[in-house]
Amino acid sequence: MTTSSGSGSVSIALCGSGGAGVMTAANMFVDAAAEAGFYALFGRSSGPQIRGGEAAALLRLAAKPITSVDDTFDIMLAVDWLGVQRFAAELPLSKSTLIICDPAAGEVPEVYVKTGARIVHLPMKDLAKAIPGGRPNMIALGAVAALVGFPVQPLTEVLGKSLKKKRADAYEASVAAVKKGAEFAASLGDTKKLPAPSPNPGKRLAIAGNAATGLGAIRGGVKFCAAYPITPATEVLEYLSSALPKVGGVFVQAEDELASVNMCIGGSYGGAPSITATAGPGLALMIEGLGLSVASETPVVVVDVQRVGPSTGIATKCEQSDLNIAVYGLHGDAPHLVVAPNSIGDCLFTTQWGVHLAEVLQSPCIVLSDQALGQSRAIIDAPPELNLPGGRLTATTPAEGETFKRYANTESGVSPMPIPGVEGCQYTADGLEHTETGTPSSQSSDHNMQLDKRQRKLTNYDYADHWATIEGEGDIAVITWGSCTGAAREAIDRARADGVKARLISLRLVYPTRPQHMGDALKGVKKILVVEQSHLGQFTRYLRGEYDLPVKPEQLSRPGPLPMRPGEIHARLLSMGK
Amino acid sequence: MTASCNSSTVYSAKDFKSEVKPVWCPGCGDYAVLSSITKAFADLGLKPHETSVVSGIGCSSRIPAYTNTYGFHSIHGRALAVGQGLKLARPDLTVLVAGGDGDGFSIGGNHFLHACRRNVDLTYIVMDNRVYGMTKGQPSPTTESDWDASAMAPPGGTGMTPFHPLAIALAAGANFVARGFSGDPNGTAQIIAEAIKYPGFSFVAIMSPCITFREEQREWKEMVRPAVVEATTDSAQAARRLMTDDGFNIGVLYRGNRQSYGKEAKVTSTAAALEAEFAL
Ligand SMILES: Cc1ncc(C[n+]2csc(CCOP(=O)(O)OP(=O)(O)O)c2C)c(N)n1
Ligand code: SF4
Repeated sequence: MTTSSGSGSVSIALCGSGGAGVMTAANMFVDAAAEAGFYALFGRSSGPQIRGGEAAALLRLAAKPITSVDDTFDIMLAVDWLGVQRFAAELPLSKSTLIICDPAAGEVPEVYVKTGARIVHLPMKDLAKAIPGGRPNMIALGAVAALVGFPVQPLTEVLGKSLKKKRADAYEASVAAVKKGAEFAASLGDTKKLPAPSPNPGKRLAIAGNAATGLGAIRGGVKFCAAYPITPATEVLEYLSSALPKVGGVFVQAEDELASVNMCIGGSYGGAPSITATAGPGLALMIEGLGLSVASETPVVVVDVQRVGPSTGIATKCEQSDLNIAVYGLHGDAPHLVVAPNSIGDCLFTTQWGVHLAEVLQSPCIVLSDQALGQSRAIIDAPPELNLPGGRLTATTPAEGETFKRYANTESGVSPMPIPGVEGCQYTADGLEHTETGTPSSQSSDHNMQLDKRQRKLTNYDYADHWATIEGEGDIAVITWGSCTGAAREAIDRARADGVKARLISLRLVYPTRPQHMGDALKGVKKILVVEQSHLGQFTRYLRGEYDLPVKPEQLSRPGPLPMRPGEIHARLLSMGK
Repeated sequence: MTASCNSSTVYSAKDFKSEVKPVWCPGCGDYAVLSSITKAFADLGLKPHETSVVSGIGCSSRIPAYTNTYGFHSIHGRALAVGQGLKLARPDLTVLVAGGDGDGFSIGGNHFLHACRRNVDLTYIVMDNRVYGMTKGQPSPTTESDWDASAMAPPGGTGMTPFHPLAIALAAGANFVARGFSGDPNGTAQIIAEAIKYPGFSFVAIMSPCITFREEQREWKEMVRPAVVEATTDSAQAARRLMTDDGFNIGVLYRGNRQSYGKEAKVTSTAAALEAEFAL
């Protein structure tokens, strides 16, 4: 018998066409659960319409932190079936799933019937009709909450906060509908219950990955952002456009990504730590600018919230397939930083760290987030306060008779970088190869010196233990990154309960590589499993190309848009542990 | 360290030139433009360390290294992006962006349009030689449609209508529009000085001959003339003049009254307070 999926949590999908209000209901549930001391992960899926259209709210609630989606849903509720079969692949159901639907909405689509899930009827429309101003989504909310054993009280409190003052009648109607739904639930049979919430959870945040990324930028001291909107990075920009001015920073919407990255480079040259955020198509446009940042040693941070590629791909869905362009996309020998957050909370830390590294090392830093992290909202433990001391090494006026050397060949490879305004340090930042003073040069000696310097400053830097998240012990190592980390962690936990021990290595510093640290992390390992969301297996290729792995790794990689789920990794670990 | 005692130092045009020897061909118009820029800086009483020159790539774009100011020799077409970023982050600096017609109107054309619209308070100088000098003489966006003395141009020329930088700048919202000629360095210095002082986005197109790939441009000095009419604040009038202009009238054409982009940010919060907004 192997450990079953999702013990200690419940997963719920609320579906409906545009205007059915499933997102509103789901958001209220998450808010109420958060108030009651629970943790939550809330993703969404929607049809191709820009606004409105069918949507699915994908919820998971638990008494302890959650960093992954589950294998299947315990409850799927459909307010109606219009367009909902579109989500079938994203809504794995099983025999133990409870499908709740309105008999008035017609037949349950065959794809869902086929799963063998138990189907029950909740006449949402009729029940709502009986309440003046009542809405089916609130009936649904009350029923689902009651089914998983969640009390009505916190729900009505949340309703009170959002509605009471503004629209007292809507508040009354919603409360009545939630109560009605909860009453009716008793007739729907039994289903999986939420465990008791943590009685005194620590400091928690309700945040989405993209907002956490924006907050991380602010924490890192960013003062300038120029950007061009793109899904699924736009929320980073929405956040920064309102937050940056509050801390004395500047936000500007650029005409394209070529402008974004180069405006950031200009702002950074002026002394303002700078960031932009984009997705694959935008990163492709920014690459030449990143080369300029490398050669001129002007710090800049680019967040790439990865989506399915190539080209426009599937703009609203997750894939980890920008690794190659981020690491290898620059022309010339162009060492630079690539970091990747591995949870929603870690978007905060890794972005802050990325800004710090870019500033300290005078380098571009690509922060490879992804859609699953960026656009999911979660209730998480507040990431610890992090003090990253130091910043950009600046320059002061040189002594009489001394020439300032902007690109001085220092031991660390980092040379003092003046902020314009300092007398006697005027220099021309240049993408042309240059001498130590910054004068253009085509001499091999200057080229070699500057190449060595730019490489050295990144390779010799002490990244401390931030280079990876390492958890657990065992002679199997699961090496992964980004949003696959949560699923891998959960799979390892399940495998441990089955007697198979594995350790987790989730890479936060993708570039430069840390061979020594990786060697230590892999000591005693007999088998390696690489988990990633890419058709080509970009991460596996990267690991095999960049690291001297002790054994040939097994590979669990497939493309987006479907998320990696713990069950498939768990199954693989069990067969590896045999 | 010595900034305070030097704050009264008066800098000459020469103080604004660096020791780096230009790579330009002898006789290239860009030498005179460099002199006009450094003269304008000196005439305005600017300080080299509070001034910056930002460029893209091309012969003309080499200019930052030849000045003694803070400079950025960036990448082809992106000078305006870098320059606007710098000015927005550091409104206290004087920012001058400079480059060629290929850099500004071809690969950087989109930034040109939007820089005019955005109206950040900086000056943009294009040394227009109607050719790509650095890559050895291909037609540029301002090249005459029948010019075919290039290895890459089809016989009889490209047949494409030349880009009209001043008309486009005006239509896109530039706040100050002028034309200069490298053969008139003093007049050009005056125009540049006025452009720098003028609020918002100031565009100065400077006819600067490429004597290597467009030898016939040596004749420009015979063809240019000071514009006989005064600069206008009426964009409709400026547009009419531009549409009848033969391209050889020198001087300030248009002074607008648009508000410069951006406003001083007032600090109202902290990172900790912003984080607290997400706390349960
Ligand atoms: C992305 C990119 N494409 C092409 C080039 C090659 N290139 C360098 S300068 C130049 C054109 C320069 O023409 P212009 O801006 O008019 O300046 P000029 O040399 O005439 O002063 C080109 C095409 C480049 N450096 N970068
Ligand atoms: S090629 Fe033309 S533009 Fe370039 S330096 Fe020579 S004369 Fe000047």
